[in-house]
Amino acid sequence: MSEISVELPKSEPASRSFLGRLKDSDLLASFLSSKVTVVAGALTLIFFLAAVFAPLIAPTNPFDPASNFLIDSLNPPRFVTGGDARFLLGTDDQGRDLWSAILYGLRVSLLIGVFGVLLGGAIGITLGLIAGYAGGRIDSIIMRIADVQLTFPAILIALLVDGVVQALLKGQNREQTAFGILVISIGLSFWVQYARTVRGSTLVEKNRDYVQAARLIGLSPARILMRHILPNVMGPVLVIATINLALAIITEATLSFLGVGLPPTQPSLGTLIRIGQNFLFSGEWWIVTFPSITLAALVLAVNLLGDWLRDALNPRLK
Amino acid sequence: MKAPLLSVKDLRVEFITRRGPLTALDGISFDLAPGEILGVVGESGAGKSLTGLAIIGLLDPPGRIAGGEIRLNGERIDNLAPEAMRKIRGRRIGMIFQDPLTSLNPLLRIGDQLVETILTHTSLTPKAARARAISLLTEVGIPAPEKRIDGYPHEFSGGMRQRVVIALALCAEPALVIADEPTTALDVSVQAQIIAVLKRLAREHHAAVILITHDMGVIAETADRVAVMYAGRIAEIGRVEEVVRDPLHPYAKGLMAAIPTLEGRAARLAQIPGAMPRLSAIPPGCAFNPRCPNVFDRCRIERPPPLPIGTRRAACWLYDRGEVTPPARETVS
Amino acid sequence: MIAFIIRRLFASIGVLIAVGLIAFLLFRYVGDPVNQMVGIETPESERVALRQQLGLNDPAIVQALRFLGHAARLDFGISYQFKQPVSELIGARMPATLELAFVASILSLLAGIPMGVYTALHRKSALAKLFEALSLVGISLPTFLIGILLIYLFAVTLGWLPSFGRGDVVHIGSWWTTGLLTASGLKSIIMPAITLALFQMTLIMRLVRAEMLEVLRADYIRFARARGLSERKVHFRHALKNTLVPVITVVGLQLGSIVAFSIITETVFSWPGMGQLFLQSVQNVDIPIMAAYLLFIAFLFVVINLVVDLLYAAVDPRLRVAIHGA
Repeated sequence: MSEISVELPKSEPASRSFLGRLKDSDLLASFLSSKVTVVAGALTLIFFLAAVFAPLIAPTNPFDPASNFLIDSLNPPRFVTGGDARFLLGTDDQGRDLWSAILYGLRVSLLIGVFGVLLGGAIGITLGLIAGYAGGRIDSIIMRIADVQLTFPAILIALLVDGVVQALLKGQNREQTAFGILVISIGLSFWVQYARTVRGSTLVEKNRDYVQAARLIGLSPARILMRHILPNVMGPVLVIATINLALAIITEATLSFLGVGLPPTQPSLGTLIRIGQNFLFSGEWWIVTFPSITLAALVLAVNLLGDWLRDALNPRLK
Repeated sequence: MKAPLLSVKDLRVEFITRRGPLTALDGISFDLAPGEILGVVGESGAGKSLTGLAIIGLLDPPGRIAGGEIRLNGERIDNLAPEAMRKIRGRRIGMIFQDPLTSLNPLLRIGDQLVETILTHTSLTPKAARARAISLLTEVGIPAPEKRIDGYPHEFSGGMRQRVVIALALCAEPALVIADEPTTALDVSVQAQIIAVLKRLAREHHAAVILITHDMGVIAETADRVAVMYAGRIAEIGRVEEVVRDPLHPYAKGLMAAIPTLEGRAARLAQIPGAMPRLSAIPPGCAFNPRCPNVFDRCRIERPPPLPIGTRRAACWLYDRGEVTPPARETVS
Repeated sequence: MIAFIIRRLFASIGVLIAVGLIAFLLFRYVGDPVNQMVGIETPESERVALRQQLGLNDPAIVQALRFLGHAARLDFGISYQFKQPVSELIGARMPATLELAFVASILSLLAGIPMGVYTALHRKSALAKLFEALSLVGISLPTFLIGILLIYLFAVTLGWLPSFGRGDVVHIGSWWTTGLLTASGLKSIIMPAITLALFQMTLIMRLVRAEMLEVLRADYIRFARARGLSERKVHFRHALKNTLVPVITVVGLQLGSIVAFSIITETVFSWPGMGQLFLQSVQNVDIPIMAAYLLFIAFLFVVINLVVDLLYAAVDPRLRVAIHGA
């Protein structure tokens, strides 16, 4: 999807740790100086807390068929005439409490987003380090693959991976495999940017004196990569990861909305919106509205944080 | 002295940062007579380019003129409205930048860039403007200008491009040309040619020149007077022969000692120990005091104003009459 | 120049072959083509015969070459779910998608470039801040949400625009259909096109803004100012042109991805295009369609890349010479 390239100023002494640079860039001061960023940060925190503690907050468990009754289906929200006091945001066609479903959906969406970003980051960082450090043929093969993949939009890759993995797991229960399929789809769609950034930084770092010195005293390449080069590329990686988290959440929601993500029995925010869309014309507006607002607010908050982080770590762009 | 063409008084330039304003230029004062060539020397970061940019009104934010005044033919130009200042740029003050490779728009033919400049400042017809562009190119020494005028910048060598840049700066016959390191980015072999072109054209077009460079050799050959800058201040200003032969300010002495001599032996500037302070860490008193071989207590407390010594001025307490006598010249030679 | 184009063509063919091989791997090894084509009761002997007939027992390299050969002649086999030739299925839906993508591209360019220029030139103005806030929302709102929002506003609440389908279409020639010549077709394309364009518009705006800010810091801009050129000339004659050169590349590729992104928009608006077909093929593991669609997108990108290269050379004199020299 969107192409972000991130670079940190290269003039810093290489021995300075990432944390040292964070402190140096007045990260906290710049965070507090922007009201929008503080609100975005607070919102993100609330979303994460809500996701973690969903089972404690939610009145019912929407994944448990025994706690949902069809007789309660399509109840409007509590604050609307005709609303039922038990259901803060109303119910869906299965009689599930929408408030509970959103909390659980948020949990699922964030989990998949975080795991997808972690997988993509792990693949991308590893390949980027290898490509940058090894150079030569290995480098050109990895980067060629990255180039070709980059010409395809991430959502298309995710859809393809989704289709292929589904075909390979044919006969398995969709409810058990959906989570893994989504994480793999997202991970394989979003590794390229890490790889490119990390490769670029690795190429720079590997010729630095301290890396040459480490090589001379006989440290293994793996150790040099992990101990010396990796810490120096963490800044850009963190920025990419934050922005990719927003993209991953969107991708999961989109796949679920398209009907190839999470099944209606264990809905994510995207699945809830897919269900709600069917009731748009019949007047049950709440089923689509509340999950949509939640999703939009979540992605916006994470994006704002990502934007701020990029600017704070990259003074050149200010 | 004739009425000055340009008069700069107590110019002060600041950069607004999150931690408060940083003073980049402080108490810059000098006059420039019509047709005169003033050399400005100093290390990188001494404020040479900023002085030029401040005069032509092209300081980039967050930089701004925070004090003092700049007069062109007696008229203040440091507080003009943007549109009025724009009319002065190009027509009355021209500027040449360091890198001819990046000074020209790569997507436009050099003829188009010349013609647009001429049309901006004169009432010539496009056809006449083109003729004038060709004659300017001839003047700066571009061979076959009728043909080359339709070339793109990348089709010219670095030296040729800088000639085009000089032609561009002279389009509207400005009375003052600010040349900011016009030869630094060029091959040593063409540097002298470009300086010669600049000098000849300035004379023919009666333009005064502020020649900014860190190359004392160029100044010695080209300029009438020279200003030595250090840490955003003028350390010494005076006639070139005097300043080169007998510098007064200890910093200027160090700088002159670094000029390559005919014998080809140049002492390194590094003979002044230490480095120029950052803007955020300029010491109190004289900015040069931590590196100065002649430093004494007063230099650490009180900032020396430009003190007149003959036709020169030097900002150094050594020359504050009645306090200390100038040291013997042997100390540096 | 010609040598350059030929070199690019060879590189493009390389990419197509690589993608083609991936498509072949999908086709051959993900799921069993024979199982997909016959019923459960089909006797083993018939399966073996079919396997032989399809050449599935040949060496993999022979099968791969055969697959590529067929693909080059636009023969992608028979869809598992529709039991029709894939090329016919895709061909019938192609006009709808391309038309939608075309209108969306125009929209995103016409809105995105001026907004980007404006926000770069007037960074502090209220309108620029509004544009930037909108762009952040545009990037944050998933496409399908924008579609649903539009449907809710203009179809459900106001009843102005149709919420699904393509309206009436007119045949042009034997193959192409267009909705752009009928009132209902034009009405139908408004919301899908806006939905599809919004994300790209946001990206183009941000890209133009960033690029223009970069260009405005360039030496030749400062020199243009030092020559006393008017701000108008500096901005629109010098800065804009230089901004648009690098933008061409990215925008070209973005427009290519519009076709792929239309999968989502087509689903929201039940637009009868290739995207919907592809989505159905993913849901039903209809590998021949997935493979063909993948190749189609790759082909599209290759074509766009070539066009972008040529455009680039037309705009930037430096490259013209580099190409001549090569």
